[in-house]
This record gives sequence, structure tokens and C-alpha cells, in this order.
Amino acid sequence: MEWMVWTTPTTIFFSVIAAMLAGMTAWEVASPSIERKGFLPIATTRGDRLFIGLLSAAYIHLMVVGFTPLSLWLALGISVLWALILMRWG
Amino acid sequence: MHKVQNNRAWWLILPMLLLVAFSAIIPLMTVVNYSVQDVFDANTRYFTGTEWFREMLNDPDLHAAVLRQFAFSLTVLAIEVPLGIGIALLMPKKGWQASAVLILVTMPLLIPWNVVGSIWQIFTRGDIGLMGWSLRELGYEYNITASPVDAWLTIVLMDVWHWTPLIALLCYSGLRSIPDAYYQAARIDRASRWAVFRFIQLPKLTNVLVIGILLRFMHSFMIYAEPFVLTGGGPGSSTTFLSQSLTTMAIGQQDLGPSAAFSLIYFLIILLVSWVFYTAIMNMQKDNKKQGEA
Repeated sequence: MEWMVWTTPTTIFFSVIAAMLAGMTAWEVASPSIERKGFLPIATTRGDRLFIGLLSAAYIHLMVVGFTPLSLWLALGISVLWALILMRWG
Repeated sequence: MHKVQNNRAWWLILPMLLLVAFSAIIPLMTVVNYSVQDVFDANTRYFTGTEWFREMLNDPDLHAAVLRQFAFSLTVLAIEVPLGIGIALLMPKKGWQASAVLILVTMPLLIPWNVVGSIWQIFTRGDIGLMGWSLRELGYEYNITASPVDAWLTIVLMDVWHWTPLIALLCYSGLRSIPDAYYQAARIDRASRWAVFRFIQLPKLTNVLVIGILLRFMHSFMIYAEPFVLTGGGPGSSTTFLSQSLTTMAIGQQDLGPSAAFSLIYFLIILLVSWVFYTAIMNMQKDNKKQGEA
């Protein structure tokens, strides 16, 4: 896999994403998701909320990296918190 | 009645999944890997972390390119969608005229993008091009290599010429699928032409329009060959769109790290806009259905 020029952070990044997808699949098989309406303006399933969470995490990280001198860990913290809120009440 | 659940058909998408993995997912992962490193060659590379992202997000040239890109995509959509619907409504419905018009309308879609660029490049030349020459004869100093306004208008015109047929074709097929009974009911109610359009044709066109608008948005947002051939991004950088900035960086200067970071940002923008758009329209439809049932 040398040609893909892996680094430790990207390996961790993709492993976490893969683990999330696998986990979501297992969860879906165990108890299928029902579309519901939370604080978001649209009715969503669990998968939708995960997608929204990941996409907003990407934007949060970009904002923090690009326009603030803050640490990336802060961005990660905010993203995880936001994703959890989304998954529970979104 | 007992319904048997059988999910084995899912295995049938396996070949597609493999294909997508090799054509899209693995390359995308490689891009992510490049974006955090400074790659010189196969053996020499340094981990740079988020440096490229910071640099790209604060690059004024790229900011300008992003704004230009949005301006272009929105302009093109605002013209092509209404125009496409209009053309579809005017197209004859049966007989040899229908086939003839269909072929004529489809023609621009069959031309490869760089050829479209070349056609328009010649078409707009002041000395031998029909459009360029005529405009000059009429007294307008038309020059796409010197005037940004001319270059912009020409690119928009070119895109409208090339891609309105797609919207028109999609809408035409959408219109054909409306059962006659709807029109008969409208006639009984003495509905006006506008009412027929607003309450029968337009709602029935939503699905094809969603596809058409999404395709046109994504495609115009990634436009490359046509402006590249027509204006080369000029005059100055007035028609340099995102993909061209990216190509200059990645191929021209071999800056793999920064261009990887930039591609990811580009990808995220397309992903967000397409998703918001898709969700909004799908939701509109759901609401419409609920109202219909109530």
C-alpha cells in the first residue's frame, strides 16, 4: 500500500470512518432506523444524521484550520459534540 | 399474508461497488493522503499536517475563483432551466416534426466539449468568425481576448447553447409522461394555459427538473474544457474557473499537496450544495404529496 502514501493520521481517519460505517450497519440490522423529525427542519434517518454530522465536521475543521489559530483538537471536540447532539436530537 | 424477506439481491451490486471503489473511493483516499504531505517523488515526502489547507483557504486567487464559479453556475442555471422548459413546451408532440425537432435539439449534446470550445473560438473571432465579424460590422468592438465582459457573455452563451438541450430533453420526456386525462380535466374546468402549466405540467416535471438541475449544477461547477479552449481563462484571470486553477496547480506546477487540499475543499463544496439542493426538493415533493392526500 506504499503507493497510496499512507500516513498515521490518514490511516486513523479512514479506520474511524470505516468503523463508523460498519457500526451503523450492525446497528441498522439489529434495530432498523425509523425516519423521524427532530430539531432539524427535515425528517431524517440515523444514516442521514451521521452524514450531516460528518459533513459539518469537515466544514468545522476547515473553518478552524483556515481562519483561526485554534487547535485542531478543539475542532474535533466541537465536531464530536455536534455529531452526538445531531444523532440524539436531530 | 406472510411476506418473505430476502436480501440476497444485494449481492448483485457487488461488481458495481468494486468498480466504484477502484474508480472513485481509492483515488479519493489517495488525494486525502496527498493533502497532508509534501510529495516530491515516490520516495521523498514530508508530513505537513494542515499547512496546505490553511494556505489554500487563505489564497485570494482561489477565493476569486470560487466566487466566479458560483456566479457562473447560478447564471447558467437561471438561464438554462426556464429556457429548457420553454423549449420543451414548444416542441411538437407527434409526427415527423417531433422526430426532426428532437434531433435538431439534441445535436449540441453530441459534440465533445473541447470541440464546442473550438467551434465558439472560431465563431467569435473578429476576422473570420460569423458572430465576431457581424458584431464588429454592427459597430460593437467585440473581443473576447481583451474584454472580460465579452469573454464572460460568450462563455455563458456557449454553455447555454451546449446544455439547454439537456434540460429541454428531460422536460420533454417528463411532459410526454403526463396522461391525457389531466388535460381533459383541465379543459372541463376551463383552466387557463398558465393554470395548466402551473398546476399540471410543472408539478409533473419536478422529478426530471431535480435531475436536470443537479446535473447542470455539478457539471457547470466542474466546467473545464470549454473555457480553457475558448479563452484559456483570460483575459487576465476573468474566466479562470475552479477546475482550471486546480489543473494549473496540479499538472502545471506539480504541487500535489496543495492541489490535493484544494480538491478536497472543492469536493466538499459540491457535496454540500448538491445535498442541500436534493434534500430541499425531495422535501418539497413530500409536502406536496401530503397536501394532496389531505
